[in-house]
Amino acid sequence: MNNFANQLSNWMLLAFVVGIPLFGAIKKVDVFDAFIVGAKQGFETIVSIIPYLVAMMVAIGMLRASGFFELLSSLLAPLLTAIGMPSELLPLALIRPFSGSAATGVMAELIHQHGGNSFIANTAATMMGSTETTFYVIAIYFGSVNIRRTRHAIPAGLLADAAGVVASVTICRYLFA
Amino acid sequence: MLTLVRRSELVKVSHKESSVLNKIWLSMIMLAVIVGMIEGRIDAVVHAITESAKLGFEVALGLTGIMALWMGIMGIASESGLVAGIARVLKPVMRRLFPEIPPDDPAMGAMILNISANMLGLANAATPFGLQAMKELQRLNIHVHTASNSMCIFLAINTSSVQLIPATAIAFLAANGSLHPTSIIFSTLIATIISMTVAIFSVKQLAKLPIYQMRDADNL
Repeated sequence: MNNFANQLSNWMLLAFVVGIPLFGAIKKVDVFDAFIVGAKQGFETIVSIIPYLVAMMVAIGMLRASGFFELLSSLLAPLLTAIGMPSELLPLALIRPFSGSAATGVMAELIHQHGGNSFIANTAATMMGSTETTFYVIAIYFGSVNIRRTRHAIPAGLLADAAGVVASVTICRYLFA
Repeated sequence: MLTLVRRSELVKVSHKESSVLNKIWLSMIMLAVIVGMIEGRIDAVVHAITESAKLGFEVALGLTGIMALWMGIMGIASESGLVAGIARVLKPVMRRLFPEIPPDDPAMGAMILNISANMLGLANAATPFGLQAMKELQRLNIHVHTASNSMCIFLAINTSSVQLIPATAIAFLAANGSLHPTSIIFSTLIATIISMTVAIFSVKQLAKLPIYQMRDADNL
């Protein structure tokens, strides 16, 4: 199964890295120039998240060293085992609806700590991609048009995030554990 | 277009996010000290401070090349009209999801562009389209300060959006010795399809609950 997922992901990746420039060339885009413009932005993005990375990695690093996660997992053991989620992933799930950059910091710390091939790293990466900064998006979007009563937008968004977390853990247990 | 929106976006992001994060971040470091004291691990906590700060920068450095590659590919994608292509495919689906919006209304176009950009992971391009979509939806909204059904559906889709390339996550995995960093494309795709299904189902069902109905006061 792992091999199948890996093969499929390989081809999906090639479809992007080779397919998109090819498609661009057919559409008469100056592909190299367009690449450079985008790549410069990628560089700027990284530079702009460095402060977030440092802030979140320090906070999570301190929490890990203090023994907080052992304490948390013993407290929440029944809930976490029910969905098969390691307690290390809990801060990521909790911080994700509030801030994308902060969650990126938490994910980076998890991947670094557990290694790129680990179940926790792959699950953290999958969780990042399948959940959103719900509170932030709702605040910005509704704020921009002066909506005060948001009705069912927040519960629906949070249900979607919870589904994303549970789905990520379940799929990754199957693929990477 | 991407370059134009970038700066202002960043400023807005850091400003809005910081309001909630002030409390979260402070609680995290306070909690670490309190738990560290109880567990007798203050030495380790202090050691973690400088080590993690150093690590934060190193991680960012290791990530830069892969991130630049992905954003470069995405730059070609947006230049070549791939966003418009996805938009065409999405159109019939959107008509079903938004029965209250006329199919040729500008709101539909803006929402489609936002969702397409989100699918490609072009967050900086997605936000301006999204704000435009909200403006158009507000024009169709008869209750000035209350969210319309269409707005809630749009936000639910937006916050659960299917991501075709989780570029940042792939970059982090690759930078930390993952043998198959792109394996997560497959798992992310499945997980987002599930979360999006839940989002659409729950937004349609929650809209029927009495507490989320329009009130007389909403007309003001």
